[in-house]
Amino acid sequence: MQAAEYEIREGWLLIRLCADLDHHSAMAVRETADRMLERSGVKNVLFDFSGIDFMDSSGIGVIMGRYRQVSFWGGRVGVTGASENIARIMNFSGLNKILSHYETVEDAVKETV
Amino acid sequence: MDKYENEMWLTFQAKSCNEALARMAVAGFLTPLNPTLTELADAKTAVSEAVTNAIIHGYEEKEGLVELWCARTGKEVWFSVKDYGCGIEDIVTAMEPMYTTKPEEERSGMGFSFMEAFTDELLVESVPGEGTVVKMKKIIR
Repeated sequence: MQAAEYEIREGWLLIRLCADLDHHSAMAVRETADRMLERSGVKNVLFDFSGIDFMDSSGIGVIMGRYRQVSFWGGRVGVTGASENIARIMNFSGLNKILSHYETVEDAVKETV
Repeated sequence: MDKYENEMWLTFQAKSCNEALARMAVAGFLTPLNPTLTELADAKTAVSEAVTNAIIHGYEEKEGLVELWCARTGKEVWFSVKDYGCGIEDIVTAMEPMYTTKPEEERSGMGFSFMEAFTDELLVESVPGEGTVVKMKKIIR
């Protein structure tokens, strides 16, 4: 099963997660996201969690890693579709404070950065 | 008389694809207790962290076996995750929030913090060169 689906849209790299974001899937997401960021030149990353209900600290590492990367270019990392469980993990880690939160993917995409 | 009402042993190779297997096994083991979704997520997260540590740190992503044990009596559930890898030299430092020996791999250093936060008791025993066992207790309310 593919860990995520990726799409470049309106200055964003959209990452639609399809599998639990754990150490196993984190490696694939990190590699593909970095390759697409480098090729596309977009500076914002949006994680769409609406297709999954589990993330552990490996997922925190992936999001923090992308945050460090795009912050350097003045970009942002957004999240959408987080279930209660995933929101709790992000809250506990403190990630909530540094991420942009969107109700839907469309909300993020229509926002001009 | 058995010490526990139910017990489960699961041994698997230290491969990242087995992290999901461990979570599913724990979820299945807890189901008869009718846990809330939050309690289920807590247990899955804590075990996922312990198994990930065994694979990444215990075996440094090389070959090995991970042993997951679950037991329950009444509403009390115990989990342990054991590896026969390199062990931990300094457990206190390893358990500090945000501490990681692998920042280049984007490890957040929050694994033990999650285990501590999402269970009722956490005990880590390790012998350098011999391995590590992480024991957790969770009360299903």
